[in-house]
Order: sequence, then C-alpha cells, then structure tokens
Amino acid sequence: MRSAGLVASVAVLAVIAVLGIAVGAKQIPLDQVWHGVFHYSGSDSGVVVRDVRFPRTLLGLIVGAALGLAGTVMQALTRNPLADPGVLGINAGASAAVVSAISFFGVTSLTGYVWFAFAGAAVVSVAVYVLGGTRSATPVRLALAGTALTAVLVGYINAVNLMDTAALDKMRFWTVGSLASATMPTVTHIAPFLAVGGVLALLIARPLNAIALGDDQARALGARLTRTRVLAMLAVTLLCGGATAVCGPIVYVGLMVPHVVRAITGPDMRWILPYSAVLSPVLLLGADVLGRVVARPGELQVGIVTAVVGGPVFIYLVRRRRMAQL
Amino acid sequence: MSATVKSGKDAGAMSGKDAGVKSGKGAGVKSGEGTGKDAKAGGARGRGVTAARRITAVRTKGGLSLRFDARATFVGLLLLAVALAAGIALIGSGDYPMTPGEVMATLTGGGDAGQQFIVQDLRLPRVLVGLLVGAAFGIAGAVFQTVSRNPLGSPDVLGFAQGSSVGALVVIVYFQGGTFAVAVGAVVGGVVTGLAIFLLAWKRGIHGYRFVLVGIGASAMLYAMVLYLMTKANIVEATRATTWMTGSLNGRDWDQVWPLAAVCAVLVPVVLLYGRPLRMLEMGDDAAYALGVRVDRVRLVALMAAVVLVASATAAAGPISFVALTAPQLARRLTRSPGPNLLPAALMGAVLLVAADWSSQRLFGADQLPVGVLTGVLGGGYLLWLLATERKAGRI
Amino acid sequence: MSRLTAENVTLAYDQRVIAENLSVAIPDHSFTVIVGPNACGKSTLLRALSRMLKPAAGSVLLDGSAISSLPAKKVAKALGLLPQSSIAPDGITVADLVARGRYPHQGLLRQWSADDERIVQESMAATGVAELADRYVDELSGGQRQRVWIAMALAQQTPLFLLDEPTTYLDIQHQIEVLDLCAELHEEQGRTLVAVLHDLNHAARYATHLIAMKDGAIIAEGAPADIVTAELVERVFGISCQVIDDPETGTPLVVPAARKPRNGGSGGGRAAAEQTTAAVAAGAPRG
Repeated sequence: MRSAGLVASVAVLAVIAVLGIAVGAKQIPLDQVWHGVFHYSGSDSGVVVRDVRFPRTLLGLIVGAALGLAGTVMQALTRNPLADPGVLGINAGASAAVVSAISFFGVTSLTGYVWFAFAGAAVVSVAVYVLGGTRSATPVRLALAGTALTAVLVGYINAVNLMDTAALDKMRFWTVGSLASATMPTVTHIAPFLAVGGVLALLIARPLNAIALGDDQARALGARLTRTRVLAMLAVTLLCGGATAVCGPIVYVGLMVPHVVRAITGPDMRWILPYSAVLSPVLLLGADVLGRVVARPGELQVGIVTAVVGGPVFIYLVRRRRMAQL
Repeated sequence: MSATVKSGKDAGAMSGKDAGVKSGKGAGVKSGEGTGKDAKAGGARGRGVTAARRITAVRTKGGLSLRFDARATFVGLLLLAVALAAGIALIGSGDYPMTPGEVMATLTGGGDAGQQFIVQDLRLPRVLVGLLVGAAFGIAGAVFQTVSRNPLGSPDVLGFAQGSSVGALVVIVYFQGGTFAVAVGAVVGGVVTGLAIFLLAWKRGIHGYRFVLVGIGASAMLYAMVLYLMTKANIVEATRATTWMTGSLNGRDWDQVWPLAAVCAVLVPVVLLYGRPLRMLEMGDDAAYALGVRVDRVRLVALMAAVVLVASATAAAGPISFVALTAPQLARRLTRSPGPNLLPAALMGAVLLVAADWSSQRLFGADQLPVGVLTGVLGGGYLLWLLATERKAGRI
Repeated sequence: MSRLTAENVTLAYDQRVIAENLSVAIPDHSFTVIVGPNACGKSTLLRALSRMLKPAAGSVLLDGSAISSLPAKKVAKALGLLPQSSIAPDGITVADLVARGRYPHQGLLRQWSADDERIVQESMAATGVAELADRYVDELSGGQRQRVWIAMALAQQTPLFLLDEPTTYLDIQHQIEVLDLCAELHEEQGRTLVAVLHDLNHAARYATHLIAMKDGAIIAEGAPADIVTAELVERVFGISCQVIDDPETGTPLVVPAARKPRNGGSGGGRAAAEQTTAAVAAGAPRG
C-alpha cells in the first residue's frame, strides 16, 4: 500500500519533471525535449532545453527533495510541528551572510552568493547546537536557541537592508526564492552536498523513530541521542544550507510537506523520509511550472507559488483529515 | 479589612500554624533550586533536583485569599521598575537631551515651555506607544504559546503578523497611503486573517494542534503575498514597506496612543481574568475540562482578545517581530514558574521594546534605525544568554 | 441509589457510532470497574459519564439533572476524572500540580485558602507523594507520576472519581500500587470510583461492581463473584478459560485455557490451575 503510493508519487514527479522542461515562455514538444536532453543537436529548442530548462528542472528536483528531507528531520529532531529548517537558524544564517556579501564585499553574482550562504548556514547551525546545550540539548532548547539566534540575525539583516538601499534592492529578489538562476555548474556544485545530506538523513531514520518517543524511551531503546542529534543537524545543514544557497530561502516546503506525508504514511520515519523526498519536489516543480504558465511571458517566483498553492491545499488537508500529531 | 499574611515553602507549608518558622526554612533554599533531600526516592534520571517555590497567601477573615509567588511578584515589580526607568531614559534622549530629574519634573508639571513641548507632545506619546505595544505583544504571545502548547506558537509564526503586513503593504504599494491608512490596512489585514484562521480551524471547537497547523498554512500564503508585493513595489515603496514591517516608533504621537490605550484597557484585563483557566489548559484538554474549565470558551475568548491586541499593536508600530515570541519565554525563565505568566510577559514585552528603542537611539543616533531591528537582537540575545547560562540546570 | 446515571445514550465520534441506547447507573459508594475487549466502548462510556463526550442522543444525569446543562465548576466539585493522557507543564513541581486540583473550589478573590493548603497536603499524603512535593514532575518515574495525577484529582475533593485506564503503561508493581490506592480511597474515604481497566483479573479482584461491555452494549453487571463465569468471559472476550477462586482474596480468577496442542491431547486443566500463582505474578494477559 505504502510502497504503491510511493511508486505512484515517483510517477507523478516524473510527469511534472517532463512538464518542467516542456512548458515555459517557449513551448517545446515532447520529442524535442527528448532530443534536447539526450541527443543535443544545437537547435533552438535544444539550447533552451539543455542550458535552461534541464538544469532548472534538475535543480528543482534536488532542492525540493533536500527541503522535504530537511523539514522532516527537523520536525522529528525537535518534536515540534512548527519546526522547519529555518527554526535552526539556517535560513537566517544564509541570509545574513548573503546580505553581508552584497553590502560589504560587493558580491553581486548569484554564484558568488552561494558560498557565503552556505558558510553562513553552517556557522549558524553549529552555534545553535552549542547554545542549545550540546550534550544536554533537548528539543525545546534547540528550537528556542535557533529561534533566538534567528531573531538576532533578522535584526542584523534588517539593519543592513535599511541602511544600504542597494543591498535591499538585491535582497528582496533573493529572499523570494527562485529556481531561475539554475545553470549546470550550479547544479553540479551543490549536488554533492545535497547528496551527502540526503543519504545521511535516510540513514538516521531508525534512531529518529526512537527519538520520536521521547528522550527517555529513546535512551531505553538504545538510541544514541547525542550522535543522532549531531548527524541530524549535519544532514539538515547540508540539505537546507545547500538548497538555500542556490535558491534563496524557500520556506514552507519543508514545513508543510512532512505534515501531509505523515497523514499518508503514519509515524514511521523510514516511510516519511522517502515520501517527503518525492512529494516535496512535486510541490516545488509543480509550483515552478505553474509560475511560468500563469505569468507568461514573465514568471512568478517559485517561493511565492509554492506557498500560494501549497497553503490552501495544506489547510484543506488539515481540516479534512485528523492530522497525525508528532 | 484585617489580613493575615502567611508565607511558607510552596504548598509545603503544612498548616500555617508556625508561619515564621516555615518562612525561614523556605528562605534557606537557594533561589528556587537545591539538591534533593531524598535522592533515593529516585526520579527516572535519579537527579533528585527539588524546586522549592515560596508561595505567600494573603487571607482575610471574610474568606478571601490571594496567592502570590514570591519570585514571580518580585520579578514583576522589577520589570515594571525597569520599564518605567527605560521609559524615562528614552524620554530624556534625543537631539535635546534631558536628565532623568528634568524628565520627572517636566512630567509632573514642572520644566519650561520648551521642555513641556518636547516631553508632552513629542517624546511621551512615543514612549507610551512603545510600552503599550510591547505589553500587548508580550501578553498576546503568552496566550498564543499557552493555547498552542508550543513555545514557538507566536503570532509571527501563526500568520497574524503576515496578515497585518499584507494589509499594510497593499495600502503602501497600491494606494501610496499615509500613516493612518497604513494602520487601518494593518488592522483590517490582521483581524481578517484572525477570523479566517478561526473559521478554518473551527471544527466543534478550536483544537490547539489544528489551530497551529492552519496557522502555518495561512502564514505561508500570506508571506508569499508579502514577498510578491515586495517585488512589485518600486524601491521607495519597498524601503517604506521594509521599515514598516520591521516595526518603528518614529514620529508616533497621541493619535496612536489613544486607540491602543483603549484597546489595552479593555482587553488586557479580559486576558488576565482568563489567566487561571489558561493555566489549567496547559495540562491537556481533558484534565482542564475535568477541573471545570470551559476549554473551548476560554480558548476562544483569550485568543480573540490576543488577536485584537496584536492587530492594534501592529497598526500602531508595525509587526515588531520576536517580541511576542521571546517575551513570554524570558518571563517564565525569570519567574521560574510554570503557567502562562501573563503579567510578567506583558511587562517583559514593554521593557524589551522601550529598551530596544533607547539602545537604537544611543547606538545609531535618533531615528536612524526602526526599533524592530533592535527588539530581535535584544530579545533573541537575552534569550540565548539565558539558555546558555541555565544549561547546567538543564531546565526549560 | 445512584448519583451518576446514563439514560439511553447514543455515543458517537463524528459519524462513527460506538454505542446505542446504553443505560447504566453507577451505584453510590461502589468501586465500579468497566471491562471489555479493545474498542468495545468502555473508555467512550467513561468519557460520556465524565462529560468529556456529549452523547448524540439521551443524557447523562448527575443527581437527576443533565450533566451538560450544569455549570462546569459545579460538576467539577462533584465529579473528578483522571484522564488517559495529561500533560505535565514544563518545570512544574509536584506540589504545584496537585494544587491545581483545587481549581474548581477557587475564584478570582479566593485563590489559596487555608483549606486548599490542607487538602493539598492530605492528598499528597494519601497518595504517598508528600516527600516528592518539591520535585519536578517530569523527572519522576511512571508510577510516581501517576500517583501525582491521582493526588491532583483527589485534591478536587469529589465524591465521584472516574479513572480512565489508570494502570496502562505501568509495570506490575506500579499497577498494584495504583489499584491498592484506589481501593483505599474507596474503603476509607467512601468515594464512588469508576475505572476502566484492561486486566480482567485486576477488575475482579478490586471491583465491588463490575460492568462487562462488548460492541457498545453492556453484557453483564453486578458483583464480580456473581457475574464472572467462564461463559461470560467466552462471550465477552472470546477466549475459553477456567474461573477459579483467587487464592489470595477468594474473588474470581480467570485462567485462560492453555494453547491447544495441534493433534488432540487433553488441554491441561490441572496444569493451568497450577500455574495460577505464576499468572497472577505475571499480570495475566490484557483484555
């Protein structure tokens, strides 16, 4: 049942991915899509497919999966339904680093932001873990430490934005979150980080199951709390830091998808994680395609469409089903 | 009215016969926590930490009794004093600095005409707006966190702040409206969002978890609208919108004070009246219901009041972030008592906001940065510090 | 005499009907235990009796008037409940939690009377948690925690006290501890107790009045010695068994039949009887 659902989800994802390549300002027939990807001949459509649509779709796939996995791990780790990767301060850390890069170091290219964003995310997640109490960390302390640090960083970001109008002008577009900047080099740069993070997340599914029962029971079941926490935070940093670095802080994908998935699969992380990894890119790529269709020939940023489409669906599900509590 | 004052170590003061002795014993326990007297009685983790809190009861012969938690009362009074002191310091700072003495004199009717003008017309309303907005955010945040049973359950997270922002940004971006129009937009946006979330989360009552999840969904959509509006704005409007969304006290006058004061005067007592039943709500719906708490009514009334407080405060100063989130957490860490800590949270909010405004003026010069920049830094930083220092205690 | 009765109630969650046309009267000063297989509606009935669940039809009466029409605090002074799941607020001490049981007796200007203080002390003493008064609830063991919650409900000082599966998740030692405590409350303080229990043998040993339910209907009720028979157990739980006298108390003791060997052979009745002591010690299978 659950495996059939997973197969069906993968099929849906495949269809959306093909649509992602075919649909846009220039419609491309499916056979051309095939040729562009696998038998590049240099035709107009081929160029669009190979240099624009294909990397963009690929990026949407891996970033979507990364955000879904990161959100799932965060909610399990903090045992808090309101936790998204941003709760660890990762989005704020990345944003703070990017705004510094723009304002103080004069970095203007998107590829330049990437490494700043990543570094910011990494530094902040380590800081949250240390402030959250390393060994004596509890879910509530981690969440609070992350939120408190976010508060501080947001203050910093706002201050820079308000004092440097040029930075605000750049930031307001980065903050929205977009897949539009995708190129093959970006994808290949970021893919290894996301891959390592993804494997890590899937590996800790079992101990995360134990953590869901509470610290005492987890210990009784032989789960190594500290190690699991460290690995989980490492996974989240790689996944969410990488995704944020290339696409900007796309929030809410990692927050909403795990809730929907939990309603489908029940509480077993070994199912929740793969489902999230498949359904999140469905939402993200679907939103990306939709954003290109509704605002043709321009486009709506994927961050906006994700939330505008995802929000109502989410509320509908919340109302209809009895949502599984964490 | 003859009152007998008894104090004892929590409920641990058996009968109040020997109040003096008991009070002495309680005082011997260092600041709320000491080592357990019976570690063998064995907690699951065998740490045997005890937490003795001093509760004082004031009782009259007529059967009336009031309960004071010594530490919470002390913290409350301290916060009140700090809030007032910060207010006076804030009135005294600016292009025309005044000493606290001069401020006090001017407030009580002294001072020359110039000082009168500066204090009464320019700076006092700004400080009052700051105090009221902080208190409103603080107490509303405590309500939200108690009802959602989640320390992250604040109006910024559950979509109410975003609702106000959408309202205000529509006015800024599409109508280029003035301050008053923006405030109206914020109130409309906030209240409409509140009603929508209530209606969507309502299913034979407001269930805490469903309320949280619906809030997440709503917050996602509204945030997307904010981002969209930001990309549609020209750079002047975008700057104005960012300033508004950060939250600012610049140029606030009596026009902002009176409506907010009226709302607070009505709703803060309402929320405080619900403080005791809200405390019962922490133990789960069933337990609260069994104790005679009308769970749904308490939740609905307290939340409605909190939503209106947040909307009014937002209209006056913008959706100053993190005050509603951090103030209740700071308050409960200082009082070390469970429960929503409504009054300490309100006072803490007021302190945070006014102290942030004062530091902002000190550090960056008058009106350079909106206060919202510093509230996050101050509240978040203080919370981090508390988290780091209480690490050994390991207590939330 | 019965202060608490249910008359022709239909109980349902959403559209799912759990029980129809159910009537029950809780005898005053009894220790009533409701038993039955999973999903038979026993917890649902208890929820209805404690007004957590409003019946779709019929009504629950407290002292003759519909419980849903009475003021919440008035009901809370007459009827206490130990819910299946309660949340201990972060950083609350035992004494603080127990003190919250006084809520229905308090008001805005009557927050902490001398009576409150005395009753909280007595409740903690009665449940043996007085020496834990200043400890944090979240660091207690499961059994201690359950006793603290019972102390809180006791502090409510209600003549009627409902407990929803008070022994779930506890080991055998703590199960007996909690049940002994209930029996004491019943005998020494004359309170009326209504409990939902999983374990039929516990129910038969402690109850003065037993209600056996299946599929939302009451199959039998009465004193355990009168109604617990092999036929009843077979009918309600669908297992074959022997009912013998409990060597400790003389109350009925249900001993499930041994697993039948594949190829005939006599199912060891004697062997089962000999295993009695072991079965009791191991806390016999859950209903």
